[in-house]
Amino acid sequence: MNLATLSPLAVLLPILGAALTFMLIRHHTAQRAVSISVLSATLLLECVLLASVWNGGTTSVTLGGWFPPWGVVLVVDQFSSLMLVVSSVVSLAVLVYATGQGMADGDEEAPVSIFHPTYLILVAGVSNAFLTGDLFNLYVGFEILLTASYVLMTLGGTGPRIRAGVTYVVVSVVSSVLFLIAIAMIYGATGTVTLADLAIKLAALDQGTQNLLHVMLLVAFGIKAAVFPLSFWLPDSYPTAPAPVTAVFAGLLTKVGVYAMVRTETLLFPGDTLNVPLMVVALLTMLVGILGALAQSDIKRLLSFTLVSHIGYMVFGLAMSSVAGLGAAVFYVAHHITVQTSLFLVTGLIERRGGSSSIDRLGGLAKLSPLLALLFFVPAMNLAGIPPFSGFLGKLGLMQAGVELGTPLAIALVVGGVVTSLLTLLAIARVWNRAFWRRPEDAEYPAEVLKTPGNIGVLPRTMVGSTVALVVVGVALTLFAGPLFKVADGSARIMLDRTAYIHSVLGDSVQVPPLRVPLPRTAGAK
Amino acid sequence: MSINLTLLIIMGVLYACGIYLILERSLTRVLLGLMLLANATNILILSTGGYAGLAPLYSRETKPDAYNDPLPQALILTSIVISFAVTAFMLGIIYRTWLLARQDEIQDDLEDRRVAKTPSFDAEDDAVVPLETTEFALIPPSAENRNKPDATETPNSSTTQEGGSA
Repeated sequence: MNLATLSPLAVLLPILGAALTFMLIRHHTAQRAVSISVLSATLLLECVLLASVWNGGTTSVTLGGWFPPWGVVLVVDQFSSLMLVVSSVVSLAVLVYATGQGMADGDEEAPVSIFHPTYLILVAGVSNAFLTGDLFNLYVGFEILLTASYVLMTLGGTGPRIRAGVTYVVVSVVSSVLFLIAIAMIYGATGTVTLADLAIKLAALDQGTQNLLHVMLLVAFGIKAAVFPLSFWLPDSYPTAPAPVTAVFAGLLTKVGVYAMVRTETLLFPGDTLNVPLMVVALLTMLVGILGALAQSDIKRLLSFTLVSHIGYMVFGLAMSSVAGLGAAVFYVAHHITVQTSLFLVTGLIERRGGSSSIDRLGGLAKLSPLLALLFFVPAMNLAGIPPFSGFLGKLGLMQAGVELGTPLAIALVVGGVVTSLLTLLAIARVWNRAFWRRPEDAEYPAEVLKTPGNIGVLPRTMVGSTVALVVVGVALTLFAGPLFKVADGSARIMLDRTAYIHSVLGDSVQVPPLRVPLPRTAGAK
Repeated sequence: MSINLTLLIIMGVLYACGIYLILERSLTRVLLGLMLLANATNILILSTGGYAGLAPLYSRETKPDAYNDPLPQALILTSIVISFAVTAFMLGIIYRTWLLARQDEIQDDLEDRRVAKTPSFDAEDDAVVPLETTEFALIPPSAENRNKPDATETPNSSTTQEGGSA
């Protein structure tokens, strides 16, 4: 038996856990124990999946006895299993952080009891979106995670959260409707929604129809991934949610959109028909996002803007559709999930220690709480891409791929990437100078808490511990960048080749349609 | 694939009304718009199923070309359930907005407004650095005196004047 047949458990375990925690809604300790152990088990399972796929190649699992192209299939390849592992690590860390916060705060602020089931449903939705080999099932996965995220976003139902929740829900529903329209049109044009089957049947359509379907999918995923003209909703809605919720949203939800873009770009619409518009959009995402970040004075909003900006790097890597570019993008996604999440977790700690997340009110944190300063400094430098951190390595990979491609637009993107990286450093340095470096008295409106010296017992150990763990994972990505780049490049090669994916779903006898445009020169592994 | 013109026209009208309504500022209208959009999309999915026909389970003898495509109907069922859940949630949010703010309109983001109003001059980042914050003067005072005669020059000059008169 192939171990990959266990992959449905990655969705089932969190859903069963959600049911169990829902039944235990009055027993908080039991809830915590159940959700933490369920997520640990899922993480373990996904590590097994990654190992089995790494050795045995892409595997598909047919569900319910309906064989593809009729039934729903789950496909585990290197990219999806890597995403699963990274997302589980992050969601486990955030869960531990959130339970720490819940234990410290008691039940006064939020209905904590509803948090656990909703959170597990969110994880199940993310896993489903990563695993599925069926376009409509991808839609269902998105809806599962979005519906859970609506609840988490408006947790507690305070005024600002409801206001932010309205924007978020309406935008998400509109993007889901667009996605559904695209699915309907694709089904009307080809008569199938299985991705592997679509890869074959879409190639038979004429170029105009293909472009229409392609653009519709890209717009739907672009809203979810917060790519520039469609990114307006993100900085408005994310910062108001509770700190752990913002952290997991920032880490995972936009990346699910990026994952869907990568999957459709490589599998359904290979070649370079839309590469130029994608590159332009990537450049604008990087620059507009980071310029927005510079204007902010709230750390959470600033980080939300850097999140938008760095989505541009991933779209850039995707738009090159070469092994080097896509591999670097895969690496960058893994790096960015951990780093962005840990920065939001640290911001939650800053808010607890300093009483505010506005850099106009903070000051002197480096002296008051050196550990906090270190916890902020390491992922912040990682985000800005200072050598030797993984952010630098990911950006370097993207730049190399861009230079290798050599078109004027690619070079412009390389320059734009460097500028964005420097501006990120500037934005981060602004936070550092004000919140950590200056004296508290120099702040415009200093918070009262800052005048009390020492760690006045407001930072629970579990919260600090989980943040430390995630920061360490971020640093570990730097240490193990070599093997990780190998996995990323391998998965990029498999995705661009498409044969393994299609054969694992439809059987080896299926003829994979040739690419209309040959792939750009592919570079070897670094 | 046969096309049902009535369905298509209904779909178009629903889309038009839905898009018009989600551009409104009132939350209830936005919700109605979203519901219309979801239903229009359901009709679109239905029309991708092709001609009308018997259900596949009608009888054992149903010919493959006598029944219509069941898959779009399964897709529609799923999407109806999903839009039902989202509508219920939206209603909850709208009610909560009404309770909290007594209004049914989308509210501005205060932080957005504040950032937009912030002048480009930032007191901490952009202010002229004070002439001298250390007791070890690095710049020759003569060069500074020309720029800022009032701040540093006046006390010195007044003392010298006093000394001169006395």
